[in-house]
Amino acid sequence: MADTTVPPAAVVEAPISPILGSAEAHATTRAAHRRRQRGRRALLNGIALGVIMLSAFPVYWMVNTSFRRSIDIRNEMQFLPFGGTLENYRSVFDTDNFWSSFGNSLKVTGLTVLFALFSAFLAALAVSRFRFRGRVGFLVMILIVQMIPAEAMMISLVKVLDGWDLRNSIMGLTIAYVAFVLPFTVWTLRGFVAGVPKELEEAAMVDGSSRLRAFFTITLPLVAPGLVATGIFAFIQAWNEYTYALVIMDRPEKSTLPLWLQQFNFGARGTDWGGVMAGSVLITLPVVVFFLLVHRRIAAGMTAGAVKG
Amino acid sequence: MTTVLAEETAVPEPPASGSTRSRRWGRRARGRLMPYGLLIPCLIGLGLGLGYPLVRLVTMSTQEFGLAQQFGTPAKSVGFDNFSDIFGDSYFWEVLRRSLLFCLVNVTLTLSIGTAVAVLLGQLGRAMRTALSVALLFAWATPALTATIVWQWIFDSRNGVANWALTKLGFDYEGHSWMGTSWSVYLVATLIVVWMGIPFIAFTLHAAMTQIPEDVMEAASIDGAGGWERFRDVAWPAIKPIFIVLLALSTLWDLRVFTQIYVLQQAGANTKDTNLLGTWAYRTAVAGHDFGKGAAIALVMVGITLLLTLFHLRQMFRQQEV
Repeated sequence: MADTTVPPAAVVEAPISPILGSAEAHATTRAAHRRRQRGRRALLNGIALGVIMLSAFPVYWMVNTSFRRSIDIRNEMQFLPFGGTLENYRSVFDTDNFWSSFGNSLKVTGLTVLFALFSAFLAALAVSRFRFRGRVGFLVMILIVQMIPAEAMMISLVKVLDGWDLRNSIMGLTIAYVAFVLPFTVWTLRGFVAGVPKELEEAAMVDGSSRLRAFFTITLPLVAPGLVATGIFAFIQAWNEYTYALVIMDRPEKSTLPLWLQQFNFGARGTDWGGVMAGSVLITLPVVVFFLLVHRRIAAGMTAGAVKG
Repeated sequence: MTTVLAEETAVPEPPASGSTRSRRWGRRARGRLMPYGLLIPCLIGLGLGLGYPLVRLVTMSTQEFGLAQQFGTPAKSVGFDNFSDIFGDSYFWEVLRRSLLFCLVNVTLTLSIGTAVAVLLGQLGRAMRTALSVALLFAWATPALTATIVWQWIFDSRNGVANWALTKLGFDYEGHSWMGTSWSVYLVATLIVVWMGIPFIAFTLHAAMTQIPEDVMEAASIDGAGGWERFRDVAWPAIKPIFIVLLALSTLWDLRVFTQIYVLQQAGANTKDTNLLGTWAYRTAVAGHDFGKGAAIALVMVGITLLLTLFHLRQMFRQQEV
């Protein structure tokens, strides 16, 4: 655009203000308008405040309760954690199976992320770098498979893993989780790989590198941010998973953290809410931190139907 | 660069001896097979964890697979007996009706409140919008299990904050048990599902609405369109495609609600009166040792899901890409 262009505001306002008539009239309508605006803003802010409270309260209540002494929890309502205690957290660490469940959760989640990222990266290369027979079919299958409810699959999965002697084993649960997270890892990584120009690989190949090597030396480092983001989704899904774990890991020493928490909750039956809330905080904390990092991409992945809600 | 070019053009020139020709053919074939090779780990993963279990789900649903089979007796094929069993059972129709109704109520609430919050996000000042986004993110990030346990605590009969607040407001809720009737159990479950579901809807629709050019909205308001008219005539047509995708996804998610109901049942709710499809299939198979019937119920779930998915995919393809 040319530098000489007059700012649009000047063009519009210059002819209008004389038409509006006397300066007073102009001022009063302005003031009324401003008052109305202010009223509207106050109303909106009020509504927003209400939504904020409803939305954040349960999380706040979880944290608040986790710092209160059980005798206080039973005797008075207290909305601020003043005079709080870390006793609940200490008791959680002393609970049977907390540390073994923590270890199991870490192992299963870590293995799931590793296997899922590796195979999803290769699959993402296949669908974004090649045109081959069955490509669209594969993508459609990914989308459909993704929708099959784990709540239905768990019934036969137990028997399948039983047959392979993998029930109550880290490997068995990992197999279930890898299949559970693969569809969305493939789907999201596909976007990241497509964002890396093909020409970079081709240049490396002209210099004598094999295609597969070019994928690992050129493309892999460039999609590292995508791998991190996708890995975090996979982490969150596997870390939170409850239904598969419920049927596959039915021995207490094989529990994952969600199983441990529900056993603790069920066993306490309303007698140790401080401890149960402390356990909930411990499980939720890493998820919230990771979630804040990647929520924009999660939303995009979910709209594509590729992340479970 | 020039040497590279020279090498490349040089390749076809020498009289193709048998060996170079076959090597070139080999490389091309390898290139053609490569995508399939790259898909192998992914297909193995999906096959072990989903494909084969799905096949087993289908075969199990046509077998008598009870306690005896768990101790090694070979499963006997019974054709469609498991299906005629459940379809002939009035409890199946009750659970199905409950699941569909639960889904309908939750989807309606999640989407309508979610849309309202999306509009609200667009109207707020910067600071307030950030505060609201953070609050929504917390609700969204909380895992389903911990969310359910926290709500269970909020609605605890003795020391729950809900009973405390309702009593303060003058109602007689001292020691009221929310797990007592199926209606109040569903009320609590609905609160949990809707609370967790709103953020995703609100963020996605808000993002879609920010794509609407500002001057279109301004032009509409200069033309005298009020807030509601601007939403109906300008914003709604723009967000409708994504709204339909969200509708399909929410329906899929709310139809298979399991954790929330299961945990509330363990908190004392009557199992028979509160079962939805997922918990019923689980209880029939795992607790009732009837995997054949459990598989049949699960297959009904998969069937409904696939029908909805096909609808969802058609919408997505109509919209864009792949």
